[in-house]
Amino acid sequence: MDMALIESLREALHKVSGYIYPNDLELQWSILIVLYPYITGLVAGAFVLASLERVFDVKAIKPTYRLSLLVALAFLLVATLPLNLHLGHPERGIEILMTPHTSSAMAMFGFVYLWYLMVVLLMEVWLDYRREIVEWSRSEKFWPKRLFYKVLTLGVDNISPRSLEIDDKVGRFLTVVGLPSALLLHGYVGFIFGSIKANPWWSTPLMPVIFIFSAMASGIAGVMLIYMFLCWVRDVKIDMPCLDTVGKFLLTAIIVAFSLEMLETIQTAYEAEEHFDIITLLVEGKLLISMMLIQVFLGSLTPMFLLGLVQVVDLPEKVRKVFYMLSGALALIGIFAMRWNVVIGGQFFSKSLRGFTTYKMELVGREGLFSAIIVGLLPLVILAVLLYLLPPWAEKEGQAKASSPAA
Amino acid sequence: MKNFSRKQFIQTAAGAALAMASRVFTTPLHAADNFFREPPWKRKKPYWGFAVDVTKCIGCGRCADACKTENEVPREAFYFRTWVERYIFRRSGEINVDSPNGGIDGYPPPSDPETITKSFFVPKMCNHCENSPCDQVCPVGATFKTEDGVVLVDRKYCIGCRYCIQACPYGCRYFHPVLHVADKCTLCYHRIKKGLKTACVEVCPTGARMFGDLSDPKSAITKFRESEAIQTLKAHMGTEPKLVYKGLDKEVR
Repeated sequence: MDMALIESLREALHKVSGYIYPNDLELQWSILIVLYPYITGLVAGAFVLASLERVFDVKAIKPTYRLSLLVALAFLLVATLPLNLHLGHPERGIEILMTPHTSSAMAMFGFVYLWYLMVVLLMEVWLDYRREIVEWSRSEKFWPKRLFYKVLTLGVDNISPRSLEIDDKVGRFLTVVGLPSALLLHGYVGFIFGSIKANPWWSTPLMPVIFIFSAMASGIAGVMLIYMFLCWVRDVKIDMPCLDTVGKFLLTAIIVAFSLEMLETIQTAYEAEEHFDIITLLVEGKLLISMMLIQVFLGSLTPMFLLGLVQVVDLPEKVRKVFYMLSGALALIGIFAMRWNVVIGGQFFSKSLRGFTTYKMELVGREGLFSAIIVGLLPLVILAVLLYLLPPWAEKEGQAKASSPAA
Repeated sequence: MKNFSRKQFIQTAAGAALAMASRVFTTPLHAADNFFREPPWKRKKPYWGFAVDVTKCIGCGRCADACKTENEVPREAFYFRTWVERYIFRRSGEINVDSPNGGIDGYPPPSDPETITKSFFVPKMCNHCENSPCDQVCPVGATFKTEDGVVLVDRKYCIGCRYCIQACPYGCRYFHPVLHVADKCTLCYHRIKKGLKTACVEVCPTGARMFGDLSDPKSAITKFRESEAIQTLKAHMGTEPKLVYKGLDKEVR
């Protein structure tokens, strides 16, 4: 028996307020399950930004197109990690794919995930980079890297204009398929919570929709910040029309996500069903800071104000950059708080609807803070590797090189 | 093709609409009939059910104790397959609920006894729902319903994702700290298969707990269900519990 867990639960027993069902003392889903929707949300949001350029032909955001795909890929590769770390029997986790229970929302995750990773994202990144991969496989001087590109060509080195044209067409088709897939991936994550009728804080058909829009906001904010950071690191001038357009989409996503959240809150308050009293106590008590201050005020209202100001007032470039950086960071923090409030908040109150338990996050250990930090940083490490191997800015420079002799 | 005048078209369309509209007057009666669903125990034998007579429970907690012994449930105060809640109603309208160590060690004497209007005990356990949400959400099918109506967990198959614990509206599941799988009441399946009673029914001194075959028209539990005003917990969830209560107060959740 895990004596540290037992000890912490014995302690928690003294911190219970009201009456909880005895089995409700232990908070079942920890910080790792907060990270899971956060990470998949970043994936979906980054992909939506990519598809804005590809499907909806928003040319201004072209500089972020490839970066968005790589961000989506880096985060997607880590998306299953927090889930697997959290399992009581991680060695049996594969059974979700091998013997899925068809009535279970969770069982469908493997298929949605694999579809999205294998069919959509990997294919799309590959098609988009194919010309460069072939070129690098010929020109790269460092041999292990050259070998890597050689393997990555999958034996196809035809980069004739006709062939690239087909790549582009298939790529566009994949993005069109990918957009609903990305929304499905994250809408599905919302459904995992929204379909639990036992928990009134989760059970709402709006949950998948709220998750999708907050995902968009987080993904767009994430890509925006990474883009700004990379420009700074590479000492390249930020493409302001691009940043302004991304900022506009971020504002839209935050407005829709926030409106839906408020709609849900107002509806709950107006209907005032059996669970209303405990929900009120929850929001006014245990979630006061993480919800009212961080999620609503800092994470939604402040970025909406800052980004809105950029739209109506003619601000100098420097100020706009600061505003974008602040809004992006605040939106990311706010959306993390939103995931926390859903996942952890929903477990604070007992299903007796008469009392609260507590959550003391452990520091070390499989589901502790350090694990969470590692899981949270891992996608950034993967992204750095991806940026090294598949630099998204190569296209522009390649084109510049190609066009210079003609000029 | 035969010529179809505008008048003929309107006549035909009107006729079809009338024929369809006439169904409106006949369908509701059929629909009402369709609400009846034959209970599964009319077809399968045996089919186990459970009943609790709240008016008979004295809160001795022997059931919770026996359950822990019989099923090797961890002895901590936060792992239970069954527990007993005490409800105290006060003149002010205040309601105090408690279940210290599931009722196993008894209950502290209530404060200000003169302000109490009524008090009772409610034993809780897995409801062995006909439409069990825990079974529905299990991603690998480790939680399942047996042919004879009992909801069980396959310990060798459970991956420990805890989704079922979240999905149970009654708080009847816990995460086993040693086995790292979800655990819950099995209706003492190992006993009832041998013709024995469940441990909790066996030790209940007042007969507040009742267990039996719902498919047997002569069984005590069938008679109990037929003759008493019974209720289930959180009926609005549509889980169709096979655990029914007699004498349940509206404040019990």
